Amino acid sequence: MIHKTLETRQVGRRELMAMFGAGVVAAMGVGMTPRDAMADAKSVTDAMMKVVGDSKPATGKIKLDLPQIAENGNTVPIAVEVDSPMSDADHVKALHLWADKNPRPEVASFRFSPASGKAKVSTRVRLSKTQNIVAVAEMSDGKFYMAKSEIKVTIGGCGG
Amino acid sequence: MAKTKARVKVPKSIKKGEVFQVKTLISHKMETGQRKNKKTGKKISRMIINKLVCQYNGKEVFASDWHPAISANPYMAFYVKADASGSLDFTWTDDEGKSVKKSAKITVAG
Repeated sequence: MIHKTLETRQVGRRELMAMFGAGVVAAMGVGMTPRDAMADAKSVTDAMMKVVGDSKPATGKIKLDLPQIAENGNTVPIAVEVDSPMSDADHVKALHLWADKNPRPEVASFRFSPASGKAKVSTRVRLSKTQNIVAVAEMSDGKFYMAKSEIKVTIGGCGG
Repeated sequence: MAKTKARVKVPKSIKKGEVFQVKTLISHKMETGQRKNKKTGKKISRMIINKLVCQYNGKEVFASDWHPAISANPYMAFYVKADASGSLDFTWTDDEGKSVKKSAKITVAG
C-alpha cells in the first residue's frame, strides 16, 4: 500500500481543474458526450465544489491507503485516515470519497464526531478502471482538505 | 432486506478513553444498476444499502452514506472512543427504506 502525504497548501479552483487533466477542456470542445457517459474529471470537480463551496481545500492531513494495482476491480480495499485530534474544538466532521472514472463518481460519505476518537474508515470499493480516488475532509472549523491517489485497475468491477 | 446476514466485531475488553476499532460486515448484492440481464438486455435496477449508522448508547457516533461503488457484501470498519459501558447499535438501510439492525455489547473498564 502506498501512503501519499502531500504538503499543505491552498488549492485553487483552476489548480483543481489542472490536477484533473486538461483533457476535460478538449472533451468539452469536441461536443457530444453520450448521456450515460462515465464520470470524468469535471464531474468530480463539480461534485467537490458542491461540498466545498467557495473554500479552497488545502492538501495534507489525509492519508489514502490503496493498493498501487487492484487485481479485481470488484473489491478494492481502501482505508482513509484524516490527521486530527478529534477533540470537541478540532475534529473531522465529514469525509467524502469519489472515483473519477467510475460510471458515477460518488463512492461514500462519512460523518464523524469527537466520540469517533479517530477519523479513519476502511472499506472495499468497486472501480471500473484505472483512475484517481479523491478524498475531501470537512473539519469542524470549516476548513477543507483534499487528497488524490491513482490506482491501476486490471479487471474492472462494474459490469455484469 | 430478506436473507441479509450482518456481523459486527468489537474488542472484548476496552479501557475508558481507548479508541477502538469496530468492524462491520453485511451480506448484500449491492446491485449497482449498471448490469444488464444477459437474456433480455434490460438493465437490472439498482438496489443497494445506502446508509450505515452507528449509535453508542443512543448517540450517533458514526454515519455513512453509500453509493453503488461500495462493493458487494459491504465491509466497513471505523473507530469509536470508549466512554461508558453499554451498546453500539448499527442500522443498515437500503434504497427501499428497509433496514437491518444489529447490536454489540460494549464493556468498558475504568
